Amino acid sequence: MKTTTLAPAPMPTLSHRASRWFARNLIRIYAALAFIYLFIPVAYTFAFSFNDAGKSNLIWKGFTLDNWKNPCGAPEVCSALGNSLKIGLISTILATILGTMIAFALGRYRFKGRSVINLLIFLPMATPEVVLGASLLAMFLNFRINPGMTTIIIAHVMFCISFVVVTVKARIASLDPRLEQAAMDLYANERETFRYITLPLVMPGIAGAALLSFSLSFDDFIITNFNSGTVATFPKFVYVSAARGIPAQANVIGSSMFFIALIIVVVGQIISRRKKLKVN
Amino acid sequence: MSNPKVSDSRGDLHLNRLTKRFADFIAVDDLSLTVPRGSFFALLGPSGCGKTTTLRMIAGLEEPTQGMISIGDTDITTAKPYRRPVNTVFQNYALFPHLTIFENIAFGLRRRGVKDVKKDVDNVLELVELGHLAERKPNQLSGGQQQRIAVARAIVNKPEVLLLDEPLGALDLKLRRQMQIELKRIQMEVGITFIHVTHDQEEAMTMADTIAVMNQGKIEQMGSPAELYESPKTAFVANFLGQSNLIKGKVNSRSGTNASVKIHGIDIEVPIARMASHGDRVLIGVRPEKLNINANSKNSIGNGTVTDASFVGVSTQYLVKTSWNEELVVFEQNDAGAPDIKVGDTVSISWEPAHTFALDGDQDLSAGADVDHEAD
Repeated sequence: MKTTTLAPAPMPTLSHRASRWFARNLIRIYAALAFIYLFIPVAYTFAFSFNDAGKSNLIWKGFTLDNWKNPCGAPEVCSALGNSLKIGLISTILATILGTMIAFALGRYRFKGRSVINLLIFLPMATPEVVLGASLLAMFLNFRINPGMTTIIIAHVMFCISFVVVTVKARIASLDPRLEQAAMDLYANERETFRYITLPLVMPGIAGAALLSFSLSFDDFIITNFNSGTVATFPKFVYVSAARGIPAQANVIGSSMFFIALIIVVVGQIISRRKKLKVN
Repeated sequence: MSNPKVSDSRGDLHLNRLTKRFADFIAVDDLSLTVPRGSFFALLGPSGCGKTTTLRMIAGLEEPTQGMISIGDTDITTAKPYRRPVNTVFQNYALFPHLTIFENIAFGLRRRGVKDVKKDVDNVLELVELGHLAERKPNQLSGGQQQRIAVARAIVNKPEVLLLDEPLGALDLKLRRQMQIELKRIQMEVGITFIHVTHDQEEAMTMADTIAVMNQGKIEQMGSPAELYESPKTAFVANFLGQSNLIKGKVNSRSGTNASVKIHGIDIEVPIARMASHGDRVLIGVRPEKLNINANSKNSIGNGTVTDASFVGVSTQYLVKTSWNEELVVFEQNDAGAPDIKVGDTVSISWEPAHTFALDGDQDLSAGADVDHEAD
């Protein structure tokens, strides 16, 4: 190709160059700002878990590792955490089992009232939590059931079921019915087909639903607060202690939760990438 | 746990007056046929003709509205799919995505309580020449490989009948040809009855010993590929299997071995043995490659005008408009001495009486000609 000599371009001025740099990096700047916005609360929580706070963890008083060395140091923080874990686990198991069964019924069978049930299942998700919490409490009191661990679990199972149904149903809908037909064709009876083909294939959906249930249950404050009586859950503990200063141990537990979730996601990503590499 | 022993029936597959009615239409209509043990049988027809429904009834995935299915002397009409000595190769293979190739193939053996599956699985993997892929997952295989695994997964169980539902539909043309030969080889090696459902007439003719041409839930005609091609009994078969030139005619007389038929004022001869109709009104049929241009064969219909010529390699396909304005298709071999014919030329058309067939004249000339040859 023939080279053409260009007339020397005029030296760009400083402001000119700055604005060009800005235009080129606009998306990066925007992304950085968005991430800062998203992660400042987490970073703040994490940072203040190292605060040598004493009673109130509002002002930075100096760096210490004591909170991490002794996360149960503050009174009642660990018993509240224990309650939350216990409630989360039991609610998750119950909601996942019940929700999965409902999802199979709705996803696999045609029956009278199916579309109505499909709609009703969504209602708890759409109802404001305050309303749910208040009316549940009224109901429990009417039936003379004392608020406590049991009522919390009943309430949590109730609002988790909807999410389980929606998640698992989506997975069932994407399942090719021919796989089950193929299993039956290959001498698997109805039970074996379910055990060896259907269940393993729907399992990712069920696992996702269980994780979602657990985090919903662990996180819930509003409904729990109405129906917990004297039982303290972790969110309730944090809320109550906010009035007189949240102990730094709450930050330690909050940060740990965040990092555990992060590790799970990262490990999951690595495993799925390894699998993909193997395919290629 | 394992299933009770699958019924040990041997012998031919019988469908007896089989009918499947869905809400508002009849998919399979009073169908009876016998598939001899060990044969390669094709159910051929356009989409919606009921061939897949028939297959699913044999597999037990669909329950017949009426009629009976049996293998040998064993009635399997209402038996559960897992209680029949029948296995299926599904249209999109339906390999279990969460199991390895080895476990996919071992699935049927394990369900029947076979203790040592390794030898059987290895043998069948060798038969389909994919032993090195045993530990892969299905989505790590190409379409052709998945297809062969689907066949292996079915035949490892040594069923009495193997059903193949458009098994080559998802493969490209070259691979399809290769798999046709491969399937034929496997069938001969294992000696299992194969029932192959397809809409591809070429595929059916290449592979099957016997073809049943289906249309609107019924069998139009059944026979060997050559029989169906040379002596179709209906206009649908004549047009669906290859191409045919069909001309309306009226029988003048039948004497000896030949009948004299008048088509548009011209007398031609048809062997009586190749007439599917006893009536006077008939459709005369000649295959395009049997028509001769500018030759003096015995059945001559005089001159026509060439309206189209397309070169297709081994032959050239001409459209010739006759004196009664019907366009006939003519294939001329591109060998030495092939005539140089151009669009607009006037040519004479003739053929040998022995290459003529005659059908009942009350049919639609174009039945089966313009049906959808694509996969459903």
